[in-house]
Amino acid sequence: MDALNLTTKPKSSDIGIDNVVLRYGKGDNAVLALDGISFHVVPNEFCVIVGPSGCGKSSLLYLVAGLEERTGGMIVVGGKPVTEPGPDRGMVFQAYTLFPWLTVAQNVEYGPKRKGIAPAERRVIVEHFLHEVGLAKFANHYPSQLSGGMKQRVAIARALANDPDVLLMDEPFGALDSQTRHSMQKLLLRIWDHSKKTVLFVTHDIDEAILLADRVLVMSGRPGQIKKEIRVGLPRPRSMDLVMEPNFIAMKREILELLKNDEDDEH
Amino acid sequence: MTLAPNTSSLVGNGVTARVEEGQAGRSVLKVIATPFRAVPRSLSITLGFMVWIAVIGGWFALTYSGAVKEMFLPRPESVLSTTISMALDGSLWEHVFASVQVVLIGFVLSSIVAVPLGLTMGTYRIVQAVLEPLVNFIRYLPVTSFVPLFILWIGIGIEQRVAVIVFGVFFQQLVMIADSARSVQRDLVNAAYTLGTKRGDTVFHIVFPATLPSVLDVLRVTMGWAWTYLVVAELVAARSGLGYISLKAMRGFQVDVIFMAIAMIGILGLCTDQLFRGIRRLVAPWAN
Repeated sequence: MDALNLTTKPKSSDIGIDNVVLRYGKGDNAVLALDGISFHVVPNEFCVIVGPSGCGKSSLLYLVAGLEERTGGMIVVGGKPVTEPGPDRGMVFQAYTLFPWLTVAQNVEYGPKRKGIAPAERRVIVEHFLHEVGLAKFANHYPSQLSGGMKQRVAIARALANDPDVLLMDEPFGALDSQTRHSMQKLLLRIWDHSKKTVLFVTHDIDEAILLADRVLVMSGRPGQIKKEIRVGLPRPRSMDLVMEPNFIAMKREILELLKNDEDDEH
Repeated sequence: MTLAPNTSSLVGNGVTARVEEGQAGRSVLKVIATPFRAVPRSLSITLGFMVWIAVIGGWFALTYSGAVKEMFLPRPESVLSTTISMALDGSLWEHVFASVQVVLIGFVLSSIVAVPLGLTMGTYRIVQAVLEPLVNFIRYLPVTSFVPLFILWIGIGIEQRVAVIVFGVFFQQLVMIADSARSVQRDLVNAAYTLGTKRGDTVFHIVFPATLPSVLDVLRVTMGWAWTYLVVAELVAARSGLGYISLKAMRGFQVDVIFMAIAMIGILGLCTDQLFRGIRRLVAPWAN
């Protein structure tokens, strides 16, 4: 029964988030991090959440991944309520999380191996995704021998090699210099074009949000709430030149305004 | 206009001066006084060697000048000749073997329990809650105070010496290994979960490989302590071993034998230390 489900399941699912509340601590010291968040991400959509630091956008991603427990509300991924982490929700973290004791190829192979996929097939998968992120030559390197950008490329390959239904990305390029970040954005756009996974991407970089997204959700700070939803509607495939286009700048201005208001509210 | 060439020549001089400084190497004094700065390998080897020469030279000076009586400090060559004669008649190897045997049994027994238990203790808060209060109490008890108790309970056989080593090493290993398990980056575990690692597999698939280098460091350090406790155990109750011959030699005023026993323990300690460094390089090449 389970095996049947696995083979017929679509490789790209929707994400339903309904009235999600996250509260830290108890009593008077309780902090309301997320206050009634609701939205829906359709299959194959690239959805980006942008917001000020500390607004709870990363926490929201951890909730979808099942790595944190929500205080209230409902999260459903591909028709299944989220109760714990699982390989159906791949994640790329802001911190470098490659397993340092495994080579690049072994890192990418990790998920398929846990799934019990045969070695021959695993080799094909690893080769494909390392090629996809342009690191085929580094298959036998250890993570400590790679630059920050390369590590995140391997992390993306590792998440995709596991063939998740949705891909969660928590400021994956936040720690990179701007040149590297741009090439990573280009790479991600290209890969996403091939795989068409549902992506939920968190960032504080407005350019990055508009450049990548089908839809941008703007979040306000404490308690975190969705302030506005912006449909980007720029044609794909997209290039870095878009940042100079008038409608790109208009959207950027709108988001900046929204985040600025939020800052004013705080003071 | 007249200023321009002047300026450029000034700049030029400054650059040359700096290049010369770089080529000649800043004064040696400045290099060695700079924190964390590497010194030439040849220099560090030479210095390490010279300290040994100085120590042995001082030894010669003290004994040959008659400043210290030979009863308290033997001449270097008499330690050497004693070592050679005991090596030739086989009695040295008998004692070395006895000591190594006790250390290894005690150390291995302790380690095969401490490593998995320590990793579990560092990973699961509930195990930590159960063990930590007791372990932290026992850890501060001096091992030597248990020697009489062990003799009473276990007797004076090899089991007693093994027990002293296990008791001295196990609790320290446990706490240090639990610490390194606790310091495993949380997002590493989170990443493993999103890749399909089951909760029950976390210790084996993530915590163990992630902490392997530091676990080997803990083993290397505690191996040194095991030698210390060995001598404690052998001084009290033993019929063979390097600690035992030291005690016997003291009664017979054979200071050269005591020196030989100490040197042997030092050499054996150095060997096991290098062995663990080698194992670390072999099984965790990524951590170098």
